[in-house]
Amino acid sequence: MKQKKNMTTLLTYLALIIGSIIMIFPFVWMLLTSFKTNAEVMQIPPTILPAEWNLSSFSKVVDLLPFGNLYLNTALMIFLRVLCAVVFCSMAGYAFAKLNFKGKNALFTLIIVQQMIPGQIFIIPQYQMIAKLGMTDTIFSLVFPGIVSAFGTFFLRQAYMGIPDEVAEAAYLDGCTRWQTFTKIMFPLTKSSVAALSVFTAVFAYTDLMWPLVANTNINSTTLSAGLSSLNGQFSTNYPVLMAGSLLAMLPMVVLYLCFQKHFIEGVAMTGGK
Amino acid sequence: MKKKKKGLNQDNKWGYLMVAPTIIGLLVLNVYPFIDTIILSFSSAKVFGGREFAGLSNYTKMFSDAEFWRATWNTVLFCILTVPVGVLLALVIAILLNAKIKGKVAFRAIFFLPMVVAPAAVAMVWKWMFNAEYGIINTVFHTKIDWITNPNVVIITVAIVAIWSALGYDAVLLLSGIQNISKSYYEAASLDGCTKLQQFRYITLPMVSPTLFVVLIMRLMASLKVYDLLYMMVGEGNPALSKAQSLIYLFYRESFISGNRGYASAIVIWTVLLIGIITAVQFIGQKKWVNYEV
Repeated sequence: MKQKKNMTTLLTYLALIIGSIIMIFPFVWMLLTSFKTNAEVMQIPPTILPAEWNLSSFSKVVDLLPFGNLYLNTALMIFLRVLCAVVFCSMAGYAFAKLNFKGKNALFTLIIVQQMIPGQIFIIPQYQMIAKLGMTDTIFSLVFPGIVSAFGTFFLRQAYMGIPDEVAEAAYLDGCTRWQTFTKIMFPLTKSSVAALSVFTAVFAYTDLMWPLVANTNINSTTLSAGLSSLNGQFSTNYPVLMAGSLLAMLPMVVLYLCFQKHFIEGVAMTGGK
Repeated sequence: MKKKKKGLNQDNKWGYLMVAPTIIGLLVLNVYPFIDTIILSFSSAKVFGGREFAGLSNYTKMFSDAEFWRATWNTVLFCILTVPVGVLLALVIAILLNAKIKGKVAFRAIFFLPMVVAPAAVAMVWKWMFNAEYGIINTVFHTKIDWITNPNVVIITVAIVAIWSALGYDAVLLLSGIQNISKSYYEAASLDGCTKLQQFRYITLPMVSPTLFVVLIMRLMASLKVYDLLYMMVGEGNPALSKAQSLIYLFYRESFISGNRGYASAIVIWTVLLIGIITAVQFIGQKKWVNYEV
């Protein structure tokens, strides 16, 4: 009996280790390839470790893509989308959970319905609006489709539903204004949900490819994802350069992830379990 | 003199003020575009901007276009390839991660990693590993498969990458579902002499089925919208493109590369309807296997 149990544990470890290798190997291979020369990667049989750790692919890709701009654009887009999501979704989520006003149910139906419709159906008109405003290739256009979030509103409404009404009543009777009751008392109580929504919004914005490709076609004003994809077209045969570019593009998010791993996973688990 | 305070929650103005940004935003960013896309699908764009009513012509063109039907089939095929295998593997990983083992946090973090990497970078490295001549996969397995350029193979290739990408995310969701199951069920079952397999079949599976259903629906919707991995791995200029593209990829090409916005709108409406129908079927089917009693 004891032996059988040991066996099961051993097999569990074995399966998880093999799985982990499959998950990590592509990133290791990306790293190793980025330090090789183009001639070396076309060698048969292939080398595993680079013959010489050379940085030429990195310097080449930094020349090809304006990485400074791409980092800045991506960071600003993420920051502004998270800010919008946190502020607007908190306000609306609070109102839908705790306030009574005429037409509340009808307006909330709009939130529910929007959530069920795939976002691609909105893209052409969204692009035409941005184009008509002459705002393509700006930070504003990157943020534009993410200014409000029906999902975020729904998600934070759930959070406010979980807070007893008495908490707000007490603060209000103690002399807080309505706005103070919301910002000073209610909002801080939804901290973990707000954190989850922020992570979700940031990851979504960072990984999205179609909108930046459509709205910001200028390489200097686009995001890391879209910038990387342009490299794919021009340099489709120079794999060390492509790998170096991919590595630089994924690095900031991976570092953030490794630092706040628990928040990332729990945040996504929370929002996913809607 | 201070005005007497009204009840905290009883004020239309206050309520409207709080929801205004979101509602106005939704009207501008979603409601108007939704209606506009529908109108657009019945229009043809004129050369110098503007549009004119074109009746059902976009739809009749679409339904008689072989490329469109191929894209529809590819999209459905992609779901068939990714959803069952992906969700099943994620369930296995969730169960493994739920065992009493050391390093659980590290394993979970590793499986989840692809989720925070842009699909553009993920696609790039897999495209390199699947390279027919110099790729590590053909080298290691001594195969000569055209993973990327053979239109019949490339959908499988992209499906493998899609499964790999989403595995950790789905596993994390399923794991939290499994961890919510009360330990007392298992204690009672093992006292009654149930084997581990029986415990899985009669406790874990029914109890985790609501989460399993959520994961299934999410994966299904994501697969029906597949675009970015295909865009990166099967780009313009790849001979397999027109035979391997998905509906959303075809939509993207028609609207933003060829500029046929009316036709593209018809395609995206068809895609949304398809997603709606398939999701609805799942919701009807769930009654047979999802257990909501706690």
